[in-house]
Amino acid sequence: MSDPERLYVITGAPDGRRAALDLVTMVVAQAEPSPMVQPEQAAILRLCKAPLSVAEISAYLSLPFSVVTSLLTELLATELIESRAPIVRAALPDRSLLEAVMHGLQKL
Amino acid sequence: MDSRNSDTITGPRSEDVLPDTATAAVKVVVVGGFGVGKTTMVGSVSEIRPLTTEETMTQAGVGVDDNVGVETKTATTVAMDFGRISLSDELILYLFGTPGQERFWFLWNGLFEGALGAVVLIDTRRLQVSFDVIGRLEERGVPFVVAVNTFPGAPHHPVEALRSALDLSDEVPMIDCDARLRASSRDVLMTLMRYLHSLAVPLA
Ligand SMILES: Nc1nc2c(ncn2[C@@H]2O[C@H](COP(=O)(O)OP(=O)(O)OP(=O)(O)O)[C@@H](O)[C@H]2O)c(=O)[nH]1
Ligand SMILES: [Mg+2]
Repeated sequence: MSDPERLYVITGAPDGRRAALDLVTMVVAQAEPSPMVQPEQAAILRLCKAPLSVAEISAYLSLPFSVVTSLLTELLATELIESRAPIVRAALPDRSLLEAVMHGLQKL
Repeated sequence: MDSRNSDTITGPRSEDVLPDTATAAVKVVVVGGFGVGKTTMVGSVSEIRPLTTEETMTQAGVGVDDNVGVETKTATTVAMDFGRISLSDELILYLFGTPGQERFWFLWNGLFEGALGAVVLIDTRRLQVSFDVIGRLEERGVPFVVAVNTFPGAPHHPVEALRSALDLSDEVPMIDCDARLRASSRDVLMTLMRYLHSLAVPLA
């Protein structure tokens, strides 16, 4: 009972069938919402006319991250959205990426 | 979900809409104990009003009689605020401020995975929380810097004393900050990026 990590698991697809969507994967709609999709998915298509991160979608829809990722997984499978994978920390960090980040921060 | 009419959902304000060229995002996580200034730091550097994302954690099988095999499940919703900085037309930085309950930080799948690094915000009046989180970041190989939030009335310890109190190795940068000030929070992020840069090996 001492290790809370063993007691808590994320509520999600029990079989672990979840797209590799990060909090900062950028999502862009590829189609207008149609009556064929669920209301939440239609809302996502409306929100993502311009690029938006998964975290922002979760915030605007007030839905948990894992719920949003399963809605997005279906939209990805039917090609109604496109996702742009985030740049993640690699074993060897990329110096030019870090320089781009510093350059952007300097302008702040 | 039934009360949520998708037509009434408010998306980003028009000035917060990202250009279509925004193709790449990176993230940094701000961790620290209750009330140490995480939300303040996220808000001070963010170009958007900070937003909140949440995740549901399920507590399963606590104190269950093994012979019966009944599983009790309690769902807990954990909320985390975040902000955004457009670094260029293509590159966006997201900054996540963890919620106060430390036990959830490392359970949120995908929060630390892929993060460029972390900022550990500390309040010199309560170092214990930081001690634990620093250990966890080290375990997971997440590079971090330590930012000392200077609250009025908090004892001012020399950086070197804090370093040994926190059992930090010499190369981990430590910086004083005031999370309420954009320039100060920006300097903390710059310190993290410079540190990450120093860890990077130039391509042969
Ligand atoms: N003097 C001073 N006050 C600060 C600083 N940063 C935050 N505060 C104040 O401290 C209080 C708590 O700050 P928050 O940003 O809400 O702290 P938090 O870490 O997000 O708190 P939890 O989410 O509840 O764990 C607020 O009243 C802030 O105005 C700082 O750098 N200096
Ligand atoms: Mg907070």
